[in-house]
Amino acid sequence: MTLIEILPLIWFGIIGFGVIMYVLLDGFVLGIGILCGVAYGEAERDIMMNSVAPIWDGNETWLVLGGVALLAAFPPAYTVLLPALYLPLTGMLIALIFRGVAFEFRFKARRKLGWNLAFNLGSVIATFFQGVTLGAIVQGIEANGAQYVGGAFDWFSGFTMLTGAALVAGYALLGATWVVMKTTGLLQRRAYGWSRVLLTAVIVFMAVVSIYVPFLDGNYAERWFGFPHALLLVPFPIAAIVVSYFLYWSVSRRREYAPFLLSLAMFIVGYGGLAASFWPHIIPPHLTIWNAASPPETQSFLLVGLVILLPFILFYTGWSYWIFRGKVSRDMGYH
Amino acid sequence: MALDPEILSRIQFAFVVSFHILFPAFTIGLASWLAMCEGMHLFTGRDVFRRLYQFWVKIFAVSFGMGVVSGIVMSFQFGTNWSVFAEATAPVLGPLFSYEVLTAFFLEATFLGIMLFGWNKVGPKLHFFATAMVAIGTMLSAFWILSANSWMHTPAGYELRDGVFYPTDWWAIVFNPSFPYRLVHMVLAAYLTTAFVILGVGAWYRLKGTAHEASRVMLIMGVAFVSIVTPLQIVAGDFHGLKTLEYQPAKIAAMEAHWDTEEGAALALFAWPDAENETNHYEIAVPNLASLILTHEWNGKLVGLKDFPPSERPPVAPIFFSFRIMVGLGLLMLLAGMLGLWLAFRGRLLDSRAYHRYLVAMIPSGFIAVLAGWITTEIGRQPYTVYGLLRTSDSLSPVGAPSVLATLITFVIVYGIVFGAGLYYIVRVVRTGPEKAPAHPVPDPYATPARPLSYPNEPVGEKS
Repeated sequence: MTLIEILPLIWFGIIGFGVIMYVLLDGFVLGIGILCGVAYGEAERDIMMNSVAPIWDGNETWLVLGGVALLAAFPPAYTVLLPALYLPLTGMLIALIFRGVAFEFRFKARRKLGWNLAFNLGSVIATFFQGVTLGAIVQGIEANGAQYVGGAFDWFSGFTMLTGAALVAGYALLGATWVVMKTTGLLQRRAYGWSRVLLTAVIVFMAVVSIYVPFLDGNYAERWFGFPHALLLVPFPIAAIVVSYFLYWSVSRRREYAPFLLSLAMFIVGYGGLAASFWPHIIPPHLTIWNAASPPETQSFLLVGLVILLPFILFYTGWSYWIFRGKVSRDMGYH
Repeated sequence: MALDPEILSRIQFAFVVSFHILFPAFTIGLASWLAMCEGMHLFTGRDVFRRLYQFWVKIFAVSFGMGVVSGIVMSFQFGTNWSVFAEATAPVLGPLFSYEVLTAFFLEATFLGIMLFGWNKVGPKLHFFATAMVAIGTMLSAFWILSANSWMHTPAGYELRDGVFYPTDWWAIVFNPSFPYRLVHMVLAAYLTTAFVILGVGAWYRLKGTAHEASRVMLIMGVAFVSIVTPLQIVAGDFHGLKTLEYQPAKIAAMEAHWDTEEGAALALFAWPDAENETNHYEIAVPNLASLILTHEWNGKLVGLKDFPPSERPPVAPIFFSFRIMVGLGLLMLLAGMLGLWLAFRGRLLDSRAYHRYLVAMIPSGFIAVLAGWITTEIGRQPYTVYGLLRTSDSLSPVGAPSVLATLITFVIVYGIVFGAGLYYIVRVVRTGPEKAPAHPVPDPYATPARPLSYPNEPVGEKS
């Protein structure tokens, strides 16, 4: 294989890694925000927000990395996706603004209601539009070369509404199991309850989406049911069933760490299944990882730095999680 | 014209980037100031430096948070509103943005968490290390983003094929001709912006008669800093101007509202540029001064706007005025530094009420100067996004005007709310003052704050 063939493969892996890091890490933070809508009182919301306050900013940075790395490595994917999803992505950004500043402002405000709403609705809306974006990519985006050809509302469909709602349930599950891990007492018991309900919802959503996908345009049906390549995809539904079973079991048995880790695993399985259905497209139906790749000079220049820098980033990110490990103490915000 | 996607997208970008730049302009300097306060506290053990740190870190947290959320918008704007520009420049600029995220954003975001929440979780030296990492992160961020911006002004190290810029020499791309000058000019501008906020706040406490020790430190260190750095900034700006004349003579001609090519050109102190008739009204000018400043020769030759076809000229009036605002504020800063030095030698720095009022009035000066400077350089790059190579009108996304207008209105409303609230909380922190930060706050289980910028047990800002 030549460099021109192999570099896009590496970059597909890197961007895939960046996106799944974002989904997992900001996923549970957004999930906390979604669940703040059903939390009892300011004390519970304080604890939930404290549990993620030191790390949310670093988690959100993976989204920025995903965006700029896509621009650098697969420019047409970036320049087609963003105008096509102009309105939902702007909605997501606005929602993330409210979610982000709520961390800063809520604790300073004498009246908390406004910033509670900003945090909760910001999280719900940002998640929903991320789900819409995912759905829109799955259903395909019309492009001519590197430019979008379509209307302002082409993304709007029953399928994207479904994926939007599904992601809200999914992130909320991540958030609920995070709360289980980071808290004790009444809040933790309630979080077990949320986890059970949300897990059921996620399983239903995953099943409905999986049934829906083959009926979309494109070659999904052939990919999922055609012989023999369908065999390569069989592990994904099986893994999903196994993980769901253990997740349900770990919640019932009141395990503290396993529910969160298994929720992460569930996302990885679902994400892997999606990536496998796309392959080798980066934005179906026109852009593949090869015809969307930026020149090898660009991909290799960035790759060199990434190989050096990413281990450092992962190291100090892990270190900060280690510093803030354990149950959330109530005096956590003080220094 | 009213619903032209180009003008709407330009307004939108100008709006979101102007709002965004206010926060980095402030936090670059503030991060270094915090690192210095914490370092001084470690080194001298004086409690005033801890109080200063804990006071300014609250303001830093709010400003930094707003910088982050408005910055994320920027990284999407290239794609949402300028997708043709993004397609053309991605192979060159994409890695620069990516390096900014990899070297700066992760560093800042992660160590900010430790900086704000780790006071009891890590030792004092490790905490100082976290603060220093955040400060270094702000610098690295400035490095990459200014490199990318400078490349749009003075593109280098590329090969243009089929409307796409292919990189040929990364060293030439990153260190493109205008980059070193722009970097120095902007970093000094950021430091001065912060210094004048610190000076103004310190002076305000002097006027109020509170925070005696802390305000003394702020005034002495602030005056020492601005009296050295303001002259340096003026020199840096001069070098930046010479480079601009070399690469973008039309921009300089527009900044000076200079229509005819001549030797020994006059400097217009004030004028009303009239682009239609290619002349100035009500001009007050100093003979030969423009040539002297820009060529460092009494009779140096300056090219006028009439040498460029109208389609190649940037809008004259906006940058003529914004440039004068920036320079005027720079001179007021210079005056503040010199007056401060003079008062210090007379032993009156800490009790000259007139000077303290002057410093309070100068609090916004850095922000306004930064905005005016950026307006000058960015409007001066028009009608191009990549100077001389890619026109702004050819850079747009295929997005309809109604979408752009709807999002523009939304951004204006949202930024108004969010940044209004941020400013309100910062003012409240300032009113509460550095003396009230308790050394060992008592945890209250029902009012646990997430940020050190809030101590809910104390009535923040209720009495001032």
